[in-house]
Order: sequence, then structure tokens, then C-alpha cells
Amino acid sequence: MDFTEDQLQRYSRHIILPEVGGKGQRRLLGAKVFIVGAGGLGCPVGYYLAAAGVGTIGIVDGDTVELSNLQRQIAHSTKTLGMYKIDSAKATFESLNPDVKIIGIKERISKDNIFDLIKDYDVVVDGSDNFPTRYLVNDACVMAKKSLVSGAILKFEGHVTTIVPGEGHCYRCLFEEMPPPGLVPSCQEAGVIGAIPGVVGSLQAIEVVKLILGKGDVLKNILLIYDALKTTFRRIRVPKNPDCPVCGKNPTITELLDYDAGYCAVR
Amino acid sequence: MEEDIKPDKKINIKGLVCPYTFVKAKLAVEDMEVGQVLEILLDYEEASRSIPKSMEDHGQKVLKVEKINDTDWVLVIRKEKE
Repeated sequence: MDFTEDQLQRYSRHIILPEVGGKGQRRLLGAKVFIVGAGGLGCPVGYYLAAAGVGTIGIVDGDTVELSNLQRQIAHSTKTLGMYKIDSAKATFESLNPDVKIIGIKERISKDNIFDLIKDYDVVVDGSDNFPTRYLVNDACVMAKKSLVSGAILKFEGHVTTIVPGEGHCYRCLFEEMPPPGLVPSCQEAGVIGAIPGVVGSLQAIEVVKLILGKGDVLKNILLIYDALKTTFRRIRVPKNPDCPVCGKNPTITELLDYDAGYCAVR
Repeated sequence: MEEDIKPDKKINIKGLVCPYTFVKAKLAVEDMEVGQVLEILLDYEEASRSIPKSMEDHGQKVLKVEKINDTDWVLVIRKEKE
């Protein structure tokens, strides 16, 4: 594929990098990335991947834009209040870069649709805001052998880790079971500084770009913890657990579970 | 000796400024085989210094940098690595 003159200008800062070049930019344009959630994390991830020219971006989210989202969900705006988040995000990303195809899915992701949703994508990004979805996405990506870039945020803190099934740890190697309902507060209960998902989502977007390019070291077997109050990044080693219930030698979770049991979705 | 090397490919990037001078030069090198030689004709002075430097940073060999008249330079680059 030859670049158009517009593409040469748009992607010039990529092409001049030794790690990218024309070859890497063509890989980005041919890549397909699936994002779970068009919220705090999904907005910056989608924004930077669209800007980078990732050719196909799928996003699943069943919610509509609310005023309380706009403190951090930067793909939406006062003008898109009440719209489905995926429609609002699609309009933003496509106006940033018409090279990119945005496929929005107005549903809540579940054990019944996840395999079908992610099957055509190269990389999955978790930008969800609750434990049942986080574990659902982890288990499905391990079973489907899809690389997963997971992010989480709360208050002044963010987590990022990259799961490459068959090579490194998975989310259950790190935290085997979901915390009991009510133990860990949600952003809705505990709050979050708006720029935290910006930092974490940008880190996730860079992990995705590295996975697509096959360059650098991703956060495989590592949990990166960002503490914004102290302005520190800590890298915690997370070995693959041979007894992990989903990615271990003798997995006990071999099909998707009823992740919502016991969790009430506070909306 | 190296001055007599016949280029395998020539590009004319007169009229272009940075970073498009290097973008065009780099894409031309990417499309060539290791060992082949690229001749670049340009008229943006800064690029006569920055392209050779960037090419070397990327592992390619600069065989010639020559000002051929009041406005133009010729660079000759050999591809050393993918």
C-alpha cells in the first residue's frame, strides 16, 4: 500500500521513528483493536489509537453520555449528552482521523457475546469500570488467546498490565478471585481525578502500539502502578501462576462463568 | 572510488522541507534491498545535514554529500540494514 500525501503528513512523526517507519505505519493501518468501554479509559485509548491510524477500532458500551462523565471522558462533550457513548466517541474519533474505521457496539459485554465480539481483533483493551467485566474479559482473552491490555483507575491511582496468553501472567495470576461485592469502592463511590484515566489510557494505547509493531517490552508479567499523589510509578513483578484457575497447567475455569452473580450493577 | 557507484534508485525531493524530506528518503530506503544505493536530489539546506545524520542513526551508510550548484545537494546513501 502506498501512502497518500495526506497520510505522509499525518503519520510523518511515526514514519521517521526507526521502530515504526513506513512498514510499522502500514501495520498500524492494518491492525484491529477492540476496546471494552467508551468511558474514562476507552476515550483516551480510542483517541490515541485513532490518531495513530489503527485501521479498525471496535468499541462496546451500552451507556449514554451523562454530565458526570465529562470530567474525564474526553471523547464526549456537552453537545453529545444523552447520546450513546459509542456514537459520541465514533464521531470524535472519525473526525480526528478519517482513515480509521470505528465499529461501535451498543451492548453490554457479556459471556454470551464476548467471543463473537473479539474474534476478528488482534488486541483487546479493557477499559471497564467493574470487576465482573474485568474477569470476564480476562478469562475470554486467555481462552481465545488474544493479547489484552488491562487498565484500572481509582481516586489518585492507576494500574496497567499487559496479558499475552501463553507467554505471561493473566489477571487471575495476579488476583485469583474477584473481591467480594462492596469491598472495593467504585469511582462513583470514591471519586477519581479526571487526568488519571488520561495517564492510564495513554499507557494502554502505547502498549497496544508496541504489540502491533512487535517493538519494545510490554508489561508482560508486570503490574505498573501509578500513584499520582506521590508521582511515582512502581513495577511489580507478577509471575505466571502454574496453578492459575484459568491459564495454569490444570485450569478449573474452562468456560465463561456467571460473573455478575452477587454483583449489582449500580447505574 | 565510492563516488562512481551507480545508484539503484534516484529520488527528487526538491521543494520539500523537514520532516518530509526524511520521510520520503526513508520510505525510498525501506523499499530497497540491503546493499542497494539511493541518490537523493534536494534543495533544502537543513536536510543536507539532517538526512545524512538520521540515515546514520538508522544504520545506513552515507556515501556522498555534495553541493552541486547554488541551490541543490546530492546525497548518496547505501542501505546497510532493514
